[in-house]
Amino acid sequence: MSQIDEYQTNARKDWMGLLARAPAPEVARLWADLGLQPQYDMLRAPEAGGVMVRGRAGATGAPFNLGEMTVTRCSLRLMSGEVGHAYVQGRDKSHATTAALIDALMQTQAAGSLRAAILDPLRARLTQDRTARRAKAAATKVDFFTMARGED
Amino acid sequence: MQAEAFTGGFADTPVDAARAFRAVMSAIARPGRIETVAGAVPPAPLSVAAGTLILTVCDAGTPVYLAGDHDTPGVRDWITFHTGAPLVGPGQAMFAVGTWDAVAPLSAYATGTPEYPDRSATLIVEMDTLAPSGAGLSGPGIEARAALSLPETATFQANARLFPLGLDFFLTCGDRVAGLPRTTRVEDA
Repeated sequence: MSQIDEYQTNARKDWMGLLARAPAPEVARLWADLGLQPQYDMLRAPEAGGVMVRGRAGATGAPFNLGEMTVTRCSLRLMSGEVGHAYVQGRDKSHATTAALIDALMQTQAAGSLRAAILDPLRARLTQDRTARRAKAAATKVDFFTMARGED
Repeated sequence: MQAEAFTGGFADTPVDAARAFRAVMSAIARPGRIETVAGAVPPAPLSVAAGTLILTVCDAGTPVYLAGDHDTPGVRDWITFHTGAPLVGPGQAMFAVGTWDAVAPLSAYATGTPEYPDRSATLIVEMDTLAPSGAGLSGPGIEARAALSLPETATFQANARLFPLGLDFFLTCGDRVAGLPRTTRVEDA
């Protein structure tokens, strides 16, 4: 795989992952605000199913099954020929369809405006949520220390 | 990945798959009966019947072997996108697809073990013609006697002698499919 291919693959992985993790109402709202209504053919209608999430202890150990989660997947093709795929968490079919549409449109000239109107706000929102959650957890942190117990 | 890999799946998956499964089940339960299936539009050289069969019975847990001319990038991509089935050699395959000459020799496929006779391969054989005439069939699922245009008889007779081990066959031609399980006794015409 050439460097450009690898760069494009990583970029696509990045936005597909972002759309998969993003909350469905947020994606729907940003998509509706953009007002795009591209024509497309459905290649694989949205369908919900379960996937086994696997993990590695310390990211290097032997793989183990972490648990199952519900995902919805969808594939479609724009009239101009770009194929978009989406695997999103949850069972919201319109979320999967919108994510696949965005994935397809990210391969067209519209990529720049989509990035500004949808991907960047989503990323900011996810980062903000994560920071807020961490801050909340950090506030409950207890530092244990042992005082001199005067045993001697 | 070529564009045609993404098209030609079931239009209405639950309904199409249930109809095709019913037809496939009837075909294997009543050897010699020719069923018509529809729904898949696979890339050449895969026939409609073989493509529908693959969409119906294959998934990520059933390794598929593509024999001879059927092993094209188009067919590989199509099966991978629509079913997720891994593509393997004949030894590990649970399903094999090809013409009668291409799938030979049959000794390459798993025939199961005495404890698990179901761990055997099912061969989807693409035929030029498929007609209810020729070699005579008898056994479970056949009331008196049936006939089917088999490519030969000796191999199927040898396969039936392996029972309860052995291979099962689907013969496909265009949009028609017939089943030939290991329990069927084959006689020369």
